Amino acid sequence: MAKVEFLGPLSRESIEVDITNLAQLKEFFKDDIVLQEWLGICAVALNDTLICSLDVKVEPNDKISLLPPVCGG
Amino acid sequence: MMALELFDGPLHVQEITNRWFVDMCDKNYGAFIPFVGIVRDEDGISGLSFDIYEPILKNWFDSWQIKAKAQGAYLLMAHSRGDVPNHTSSYIAAVVSPQRKIALKFINDFVEDFKANAPIWKYDLVDGKRVYAKERSHLLIGAGLLK
Repeated sequence: MAKVEFLGPLSRESIEVDITNLAQLKEFFKDDIVLQEWLGICAVALNDTLICSLDVKVEPNDKISLLPPVCGG
Repeated sequence: MMALELFDGPLHVQEITNRWFVDMCDKNYGAFIPFVGIVRDEDGISGLSFDIYEPILKNWFDSWQIKAKAQGAYLLMAHSRGDVPNHTSSYIAAVVSPQRKIALKFINDFVEDFKANAPIWKYDLVDGKRVYAKERSHLLIGAGLLK
C-alpha cells in the first residue's frame, strides 16, 4: 500500500491506498467533493520529488504528498 | 555547522546572524549579506504562522547550495515553524562569497526562488486563529495533476 500525505492547509490524516499509478489515485479521489476543490491547485510529490505525469508508476511503500500553494518567509 | 536551520516560533535574529558572522568571518569571504524578514502589522493580523515540509525543503536548499558553491559562495538560512508575532522575524537568509556582486545577485535570486518553490505554508493569525494565506501563495510545479 502506498501512503498519501496531505500537507499544510489540507490538514488531513494520511491514508494508505492500493494503487500502481497516479491515474488510479486521481480516480480514487474523484468523489471527494472537499478535496476536489484543492486538487486543482495542489502539486504532487512521489517520494519527495515533484512530478508532472499521471503515468508515473507507484510501488508499495511509496510516499505520495499533496502540496497546496506555498508562501514562505 | 548546519546551513539550514528551523526553529519553533520567532527567530532570535541577533543570536543567529552573530553566530553566522563569527562562523564565516575567518573563511576569507569578502562579502556577508544577510536578509532578515520581519512580520508586519497589517490587515488586523497579530502575526503569521507556518507549516514546513522538511524533506522537500532540504532537497530544495541543497540544490541551491550546489549552485552557490559553483560560484565560490555559501548559503545560510533560518526559518520559523508555528506562530510568529508581528514585529519579529520568521526568515533569515544570508550568502557569503568572495565578491560583493555575486553575493548581492545570489541573495536576490535565492529569496525569489524561495518564495516561489520552498514547501512552506503561511497563515495569518486573526483573532487567535490560523487563516491560510491562499491569495498570497504560489502554485508549485505540476499543480493540478490530480484534478
